[in-house]
Amino acid sequence: MFGVGVLSEFESKQLLARHGVAVSRDKLARSADEAVAAAVEIGGPVAVKLCGSSLAHKSERGLVRLGLDNSAAVRTAADELLAAAVEDDGEVALLVSEMVAGYREFIAGVVHTEQFGPALMLGLGGVLAEAVGEAVFRLLPVSEADCKDMIEDLDIPALMAPLRGEPAVDQGALVDSLLGLARAGGGEGVEAVDVNPLVIRDGLPVAVDALVVTTGS
Amino acid sequence: MSRPPLDLLFNPQGIVVAGASTHPGKFGFVALHNVLAGGFDGPVYATNPDQPSILGVKALESVADIPEGAADLVFVCTPPHTCSEILRSAASRGIGAAFIASGGFREAGSEGARAEEELVQLARSLGMVVAGPNGQGLISNPAKLAAQIVAPIPPPGPIAVASQSGNLVSAFMNYAAQSGVGISRAVSAGNAAMLGVVDYLVWFAGDPHTKAMAAYVEGVEDGPAFAAAVKRVAAAKPVVLVKGGTTPRGAQAAASHTGALATDDRIFDGMVRQSGAVRAQTIEEAYDAVAAFATQPLPAGPRTLVLSSAGGWGVIAADALSKSKLELIPLPADLKEAIDGLVPPRWSRSNPIDLAGGESRDTIPEVIDLVADHPEVDAVIYLGMGIQANTASHLRSGPYFEAAELARICEYHERQDRRFAQAAADASARTGKPILAATELGITQPDNAGPATLAAQGSYCFPSADRAVRALHHLWWYARWRKRLLG
Repeated sequence: MFGVGVLSEFESKQLLARHGVAVSRDKLARSADEAVAAAVEIGGPVAVKLCGSSLAHKSERGLVRLGLDNSAAVRTAADELLAAAVEDDGEVALLVSEMVAGYREFIAGVVHTEQFGPALMLGLGGVLAEAVGEAVFRLLPVSEADCKDMIEDLDIPALMAPLRGEPAVDQGALVDSLLGLARAGGGEGVEAVDVNPLVIRDGLPVAVDALVVTTGS
Repeated sequence: MSRPPLDLLFNPQGIVVAGASTHPGKFGFVALHNVLAGGFDGPVYATNPDQPSILGVKALESVADIPEGAADLVFVCTPPHTCSEILRSAASRGIGAAFIASGGFREAGSEGARAEEELVQLARSLGMVVAGPNGQGLISNPAKLAAQIVAPIPPPGPIAVASQSGNLVSAFMNYAAQSGVGISRAVSAGNAAMLGVVDYLVWFAGDPHTKAMAAYVEGVEDGPAFAAAVKRVAAAKPVVLVKGGTTPRGAQAAASHTGALATDDRIFDGMVRQSGAVRAQTIEEAYDAVAAFATQPLPAGPRTLVLSSAGGWGVIAADALSKSKLELIPLPADLKEAIDGLVPPRWSRSNPIDLAGGESRDTIPEVIDLVADHPEVDAVIYLGMGIQANTASHLRSGPYFEAAELARICEYHERQDRRFAQAAADASARTGKPILAATELGITQPDNAGPATLAAQGSYCFPSADRAVRALHHLWWYARWRKRLLG
């Protein structure tokens, strides 16, 4: 069904979107010209990332360029990223994404545990997610009530309330994202799903980066 | 008509101790001793081919010598290689259940593991159920059955215990003996060859003598089945779980962030939240919680009021409440007004209600009633019980008891504390709201009139304000699950 290992960020987000998870507006580009055209179509500042199914740790390798607000900047970034690809990266493309602004970043995902089977996670996201380690799990299948309970269980009410000029987190929308993730992560051939960050923009969650690990069977 | 297999373990018509010994240092002696000392209702048999009798019980050559149909349970203390023959003999006499206390099975290596598997297959083919092996035994107070190779024999009561560790069963039973909130059934699962902790919990859920249960688990073999069974049990009765042996390691360190964050502890926690059990971090916390479940009604909500005649404990309770999901509500205005009329003016006029001073205490029963009756209060923590009776005890044992004619004041103090404890118990029964009384005197001076009055009602005196708050939190969490997640 899928290739062995991981799906590219673009494919990962498409899979999530099919299950009802809100994802950032993305366009795949094969060249710098296509990247510039995609940026114009998306409008506003964009992010350009090297995208491929062997590129799980883009940030660590400097393969992400953020906040590009003119065509020249997009072109330069696109040229540099394509040049940075190495043979082991396999087939690569450029992913042009809208910039999603929000102070709050969550991490969410599904993982298959040895003892209890597949489990859904919600936690504090961003680059420090693992270091902070604030995360709660529920076993699949999950109900809407379970997802609401996860948000409460995360136990940071101030993070859900209006914050620095941003509205409160729309908990119904966050629950919908979690349910969508559970559907995607519980599907056949899927070993794990990561969304990090899940940015809260205008109160609504948007998956900004995602990774689907496949069983490869 | 055949009885459910666990009925045979916990309510046997008769019992055989296989491998009874005359040597008081051996399990085979202690097991028979405990069965007899526990006052088991039915016939007791013992086997030992070399002795005429042990502790007044005629020793039979073999389990095959038991009269047909005279016993349901064989308690096995003999070495591993003898167990299969004992099971065959037992089955031939109509015995349907065995508790194998003997060690030397899976815990002893691969040969033991093979012997254990063979034993399970044999039991299945004989239609028998086997508890253990390598378990310390079981307690079934409604049957006056104490079939175990260690102490204690706890008082009867509403709490059931199942544990993967025998000495933690003893720990629960020791807490029960100390507090007086006793045990219905308790069992050590041992190697759990045929019966795991969750099988016992399922049986406890249908046991009319059990109101609440506590369990200690380490490994869980079939996680999803375990979670589903716990949910069915929790839908019937409260379950308090303690998990031992959690590791900080994630499920799949490298593959994904989610996997790296998926530690045993977090996954188990999520499973508990979904299944409606409550999780305690320590055995002490688990006993507090299960005793609360067994003796208190569930709160309808989190709104909590603290009533204290013991200043600092009120502050400790408030601090503990603020760190929990319970609510330390502002004192309702009408309640403030009503209490104003009952006590001198220097009381706290806020929650915690601190009655601040001896002359205020006489009206405690009325204040308890007002607080418990108030529609905005879901639960009460009551602190300061027993202080007067504690003073009385000191006066009684002091050098001036006779000379200063202190008997009257001592009796007054003790009467007061009996009144207060009774008022708390009565108000809870009348309103259906939990009222958790806490004082260290329940441990340091269990015959103190306050705690003793609670104990006489079958109620639990929490050892401290913070432990009462933590137990109340478990009550609320379970009640909340029943409202929101049990579907």
